[in-house]
Amino acid sequence: MVRAQGVRKRFRRTEVLKGIDLDVAAGEVLCLIGPSGSGKSTFLRCVNHLEQIDGGRLYVGGELVGYREQGDVLYEMHERDVCRQRAAIGMVFQRFNLFPHMTALANIVEAPIRVRREPKREALDRAAALLARVGLAHKANAYPSELSGGQQQRVAIARALAMQPKLMLFDEPTSALDPELVGEVLAVMRTLADDGMTMIVVTHEMAFAREAGHRIAFMDDGVIVESGPPRELLSEPAHERTRAFLSRLLAQPAR
Amino acid sequence: MTRVVPLPRPGLWLGSAVVVVFAALVALSVFRNPNIRHGVIAQYQFAPAILRGLELTVVLAVLAAAIGLVLGVVLAVMRISPSAILRVASAGYTWLVRGTPLLVQILIWGNLALLFEYLGPFRTNDVMTPFVASVIALGLNEAAYMAEIVRAGILAVDRGQVDASLALGMTRGLAMRRIILPQALRVIVPPAGNQFISLLKATSLVSVIAGGDLLTAAENIASANLHTIELMLVATFWYLVLTTITSIAQHVAERRLGRAHASAHGGR
Ligand SMILES: Nc1ncnc2c1ncn2[C@@H]1O[C@H](COP(=O)(O)OP(=O)(O)OP(=O)(O)O)[C@@H](O)[C@H]1O
Ligand SMILES: [Mg+2]
Repeated sequence: MVRAQGVRKRFRRTEVLKGIDLDVAAGEVLCLIGPSGSGKSTFLRCVNHLEQIDGGRLYVGGELVGYREQGDVLYEMHERDVCRQRAAIGMVFQRFNLFPHMTALANIVEAPIRVRREPKREALDRAAALLARVGLAHKANAYPSELSGGQQQRVAIARALAMQPKLMLFDEPTSALDPELVGEVLAVMRTLADDGMTMIVVTHEMAFAREAGHRIAFMDDGVIVESGPPRELLSEPAHERTRAFLSRLLAQPAR
Repeated sequence: MTRVVPLPRPGLWLGSAVVVVFAALVALSVFRNPNIRHGVIAQYQFAPAILRGLELTVVLAVLAAAIGLVLGVVLAVMRISPSAILRVASAGYTWLVRGTPLLVQILIWGNLALLFEYLGPFRTNDVMTPFVASVIALGLNEAAYMAEIVRAGILAVDRGQVDASLALGMTRGLAMRRIILPQALRVIVPPAGNQFISLLKATSLVSVIAGGDLLTAAENIASANLHTIELMLVATFWYLVLTTITSIAQHVAERRLGRAHASAHGGR
């Protein structure tokens, strides 16, 4: 579903991604961990072309992201085509980024109606079903400011799902939440994983990574150091850097 | 319940008393002034010529504000675009328009025929009537100020909103229209209201090209009957009516926008 080959990204002089190689199979849940500043967010943003890559190749669903390849040349895609690609990739942010001037329901139907041009009735029905799925049927008419952080994040997940994506990207979806609200968001993500959604999840919730993740990838300083099934990677990491990071992470209290 | 004795504040009392006495003196000096013919004011306050001038002032201000808003949004978007040429063009426009007196701009537009005798196939004087020149001069001037106001509004919207919009597959234009500008409105409305009040008063400047506005009408009458002060008071009254209505509208708009989303701050 996702294939990264030597993906590079620089901001001005500093190279943030130094050749990322990663494959994510359809239906796989990949958890991405790594120290702050290692480039996890940047990599996720490259996957849906919120950032342009400076080198390597990035494919989603077999299609090159953001470019058309002809012979040896990469042609930048037209905005319409980039938007079409992004529409098929859901993204959930650390700070929710709900639209504050719209109700929960309006947040969810906005893109289906304006981008996919779905009939209003249909979009509203599906949005209501999605709200029910994340346990917020009763909050359809609430504004984001009237929702708790956990509720906002669940609306944000429903909003992403409304575009019927084939891939979901989560960037530390619970790290802005009060501890008692983390569980409700992880529970929703778990049901998604159980339903076979392909997911890349940047997270430091190791319990989630262990139970819902099929694979964990450890990223440091712009490269994927190693990846493997949760149990193996967590119990016997092959690399010293991974071991050091894990012991620091696990030494801290639960989050 | 215990009685509460407020702290005596003699300074506050004294200050208030001085203000009241001073205001009373000013009011008296106007109303008892033998040099002001109250009959003349009464005669012209609702005179047809004055009301036509008032109507034109309102039309001028509304048209100029509309041009200013549309062009201002365009200039603001240019100002934050990735193209250096568009950015420089927008900044240059603002620099030129804000850096020169509005009176000079009005005189240039009003006397455009001296610069170009023909505009395309038309004689300049046929196209560039005082009214058209007034609308263009005021609208273009307004745009420069609105551009800054709109730009500040757009920049005040959290960057994450653009990310979220694009991630859902929206084009930049759609995200701007549906997500960014509606949120920027909260920041834009207060200064835009002030700007409109300035504009209402600035319309009086077009009297220098016989723009036919409220002040032009008052001046025309005054030059015939020489009751200058009385007619200025007639005009003053109407300007105050217009700016008061605008202030109230601005206040209501701010309240409603504030209520609709106290959220931008509530959410984290
Ligand atoms: N738009 C940007 N411009 C310049 N530098 C940036 C930009 N975005 C990220 N960076 C830099 O890139 C590096 C990687 O950032 P990134 O946000 O991808 O890290 P991260 O692994 O997600 O960290 P965290 O765990 O703190 O979220 C950081 O050093 C950051 O300062
Ligand atoms: Mg990050």
